[in-house]
Amino acid sequence: MLRQRLLIALLALAPALPAAAAVLPDDRADVLYHRYDGGGVTIDGPSLLVRKKFAEKYSVAANYYVDMISSASIDVVSTASPYEEQRDQVSLTFDMLNDKTQYSLSVAGSDENDYTARTASFDVSQDLFGDLTTVSLGFSRGWDEVGKRGDADFDEPVDRRSYRLGLSQIVTPALMMGFAYETITDEGFLNNPYRSVRYLDDDVPAGFAFQPEVYPSTRTSSAVSLNASYFLPYRAAVHGEYRFFTDTWGIDANTVRVGYTQPVGARWILEGGYRWYGQSNADFYSDLFPRRDAQNFLGRDKELSTFTSQMLSVGATYELPPLGWGFLQRSTVNVFYDRIRYDYDDFRNVLAGGTPGTEPLYGFDADVLRVFVSAWF
Amino acid sequence: MLRRAALLVVATTLAAGCSNVEPWVKPYERQNFADPIMAADRNPVATSYLNHVFEAREGARGALGSHGGGCGCN
Repeated sequence: MLRQRLLIALLALAPALPAAAAVLPDDRADVLYHRYDGGGVTIDGPSLLVRKKFAEKYSVAANYYVDMISSASIDVVSTASPYEEQRDQVSLTFDMLNDKTQYSLSVAGSDENDYTARTASFDVSQDLFGDLTTVSLGFSRGWDEVGKRGDADFDEPVDRRSYRLGLSQIVTPALMMGFAYETITDEGFLNNPYRSVRYLDDDVPAGFAFQPEVYPSTRTSSAVSLNASYFLPYRAAVHGEYRFFTDTWGIDANTVRVGYTQPVGARWILEGGYRWYGQSNADFYSDLFPRRDAQNFLGRDKELSTFTSQMLSVGATYELPPLGWGFLQRSTVNVFYDRIRYDYDDFRNVLAGGTPGTEPLYGFDADVLRVFVSAWF
Repeated sequence: MLRRAALLVVATTLAAGCSNVEPWVKPYERQNFADPIMAADRNPVATSYLNHVFEAREGARGALGSHGGGCGCN
């Protein structure tokens, strides 16, 4: 239902770009409850992951993920009615290790009442230079079908491709650095069939009216990121990441993230972090167009506007004492909380009223909760 | 033809040089990277979910260095 969903299955499949190769992931199971609450939108649900190795050479993983959505966001309230829906996603991953090369093949499917996504993905990574360096390459292909509630004839395809390159490097006995590059292309129906833009209209009392969004049918984006993790002498770690993004719609974005991880005693790991994100708007974005059909492409999705967001994160992991179950090596209970503040520079709160184009700028806070149990076997 | 030959020479030289790279961080000096606190993605399911949130709320995408996804939902 949203352009962002075009990437859901695709990105869910993408393995960690600068991941270490030559060692298959541990056998583990995770049961997670997630909840997002902000801007009139509540999304929660479970996510289940099971991963198992075979013969130390093969690994399979399955993930089941659910979003239960209740939306009364400013977009929905100003032009439509609040709604509830559910999205289910299943993904399967098969990994194979051959000496210092790891191959990964994934498929995923995502379904909701007005959107389906199917994705296939292939990744390969190779350890080099005495295993100090890992290079990874990946490709994903996605096929989506966009529907529209109340219009059985509405059925529009979207074709997606992603190309990834990653590099991780052990620099010193305490410093690991990573580089990632990804370009993504979309072609098809990329806007939201429900969302509208507003334009000045003197014939209505409010002074403005709405018409459907019109997006370009193609989009190509590139993102490059650098990250580093440093092990402190007293057993703690600091993490940093910077990402630059640009696309053919005119959006440029910067992301900076720092984090700190501190073990406490034998069983606790505490962590905290801060993330800053800022972007410029898309070329065809406007909060208020001067007239109906003012230009070829029209967008008023606040995710295409100029805005910044800031996030503060805290988290705790507790390793449970041995449970005495033979197959279970260890298990943890984890709680993570994030507070995100969004401030929009050119998206106005139309619900506040007043002269069109002079309403207060919109902003909101969101709370994100992740509670999960992990078990290694 | 000359350009191709030059490229081959350069590639061969680089490859030969690479094969002679002596790891400057010895295997026995890498215990810090085995510590879970240094893991790039210690909690894959939880990281994946948070990246879902970013993808849904932001125009940028890709090169996250870890899993992504999530629901946009207006």
